[in-house]
Amino acid sequence: MQIFSCPFCGSRPEYEFHFGGDLGNHRPEGFEAVPDREWADYLYFRNNPKGTAREVWMHLTCGEMFSMTRDTVTMAAAPGETLTEGQP
Amino acid sequence: MTKHYSALSLVKEGLRGQKGWVPAWTSPQPKPRYDVVIVGGGGHGLATAYYLAKTHGITNVAVIEKGWLGGGNTGRNTTVVRSNYFFPESVRLYDMALKLYEGLSRELNYNIMLSQRGMISLAHTPAEMEMAARVVNAMQINGTDAELFGPEDVRRVVPIYNFGPKARYPALGGVWQGRSGTARHDAVAWGYARAASALGVDILQQCEVQEFIVEGGRCRGVKTSRGEIRADRVGLAVAGHSGQMAAKAGFRLPITSYALQACVSEPVKPILDTVVLAPGAGTYASQSDKGEMVVGGGLDRIPSYGQRGNLPVLETVISGLLEMFPSFRQLKLMRQWAGIVDVVPDSSPIIGESPLPGLFLNCGWGTGGFKAIPAGGTLLAHLLATGQHHDISRPFDLDRFARGRLIDEAAGSGIAH
Repeated sequence: MQIFSCPFCGSRPEYEFHFGGDLGNHRPEGFEAVPDREWADYLYFRNNPKGTAREVWMHLTCGEMFSMTRDTVTMAAAPGETLTEGQP
Repeated sequence: MTKHYSALSLVKEGLRGQKGWVPAWTSPQPKPRYDVVIVGGGGHGLATAYYLAKTHGITNVAVIEKGWLGGGNTGRNTTVVRSNYFFPESVRLYDMALKLYEGLSRELNYNIMLSQRGMISLAHTPAEMEMAARVVNAMQINGTDAELFGPEDVRRVVPIYNFGPKARYPALGGVWQGRSGTARHDAVAWGYARAASALGVDILQQCEVQEFIVEGGRCRGVKTSRGEIRADRVGLAVAGHSGQMAAKAGFRLPITSYALQACVSEPVKPILDTVVLAPGAGTYASQSDKGEMVVGGGLDRIPSYGQRGNLPVLETVISGLLEMFPSFRQLKLMRQWAGIVDVVPDSSPIIGESPLPGLFLNCGWGTGGFKAIPAGGTLLAHLLATGQHHDISRPFDLDRFARGRLIDEAAGSGIAH
């Protein structure tokens, strides 16, 4: 069992969390003007790094989303951080 | 020197003290240049090399493997082969693989121990029975064998299933595919390696790709831990590590890598002669020829490159197994392991040229790559030899994501991921 740390609730077991994708994967602005390739990149394409990953996670129990830095090989996970305006 | 495997050669070698056998494949030094280089010495990579040599006459080929042959997902899966998919594109693909599997032992002169013992995907509720009927109809229209089973049929093929009045996952019936079954996973890798090596393919183990050689916007080879190896066409068949290789080549893929676990029990006497999947339990099982129960389930929920699993999913799988087969309560588990699988949003593979010209992809098989090995090899070989798609691989090109032409088997056949 892996323990993750929600910035609002503290350390909790892994099954309370849901993976939310790469940190910084922002929805393209401009709707009709956005080319198909860019939509596909936003919707489907992933960084999927081996090693250090910057990710968005949701703590299902409190419903809050937050960012987390994690190693995808060793599974070491730093405490979650709140998402703030202007973050990459 | 005995190269051909048969009962007669066994007897002859027995009389000669087993001294005439030759290694199944050779381990040459890397050459500086090949016509084609294939990265990944698992089933898909080795099959690609074999079909390049056999079908297309291209024998100046190297297969590069950072570890040992079949040490990744080819040696970590639960050995099930089947083609019970929903969409016509998928059935064409997976049935091509199953048909090739049916003739493979003879073709490779290597016993892959194919056992077409049938597979039942159970339905636990009336609504699931409706979905099962839909899948059976689709499979039959798409030209593969499928039968809708009722409760009595399930009782006939899996008498040890939990049919008790308090069963948490009652079996109302399900999708039966009689041509499904199991094959010896290591033998598939070794058989293709031996046949490819005999046709002149170089198999280079302990050779890790460090970067791609890119000249004039094209992939011209790879830099490896054993030196630079040039080729005008490079194939990539590295499953869970596809994203990492793509990053080295300068592009991203619609892939997330997850650990997929499996486990085997101690060997027991024959008790289960088919493959059983109970979607409600999140578990499937079959019994190996040695007598072990081979058990698998869903993905771990945390993206990972660590080839080991985590307990919550294993707990779900084991409790599901005990709901399905209460008689297994005293069974001891012998081993548990995980492989890193390449999961794509629409649960279908990616076959085609990558954004880096000259580099061709065979990835995204997710949790089901083993069953597809002969087709993946055939289709990637076709691409590498001709530069063009085979009709069967065209719908699986990487461009389907931008075109919105996904082949969503999670929605179609209800595969769990």
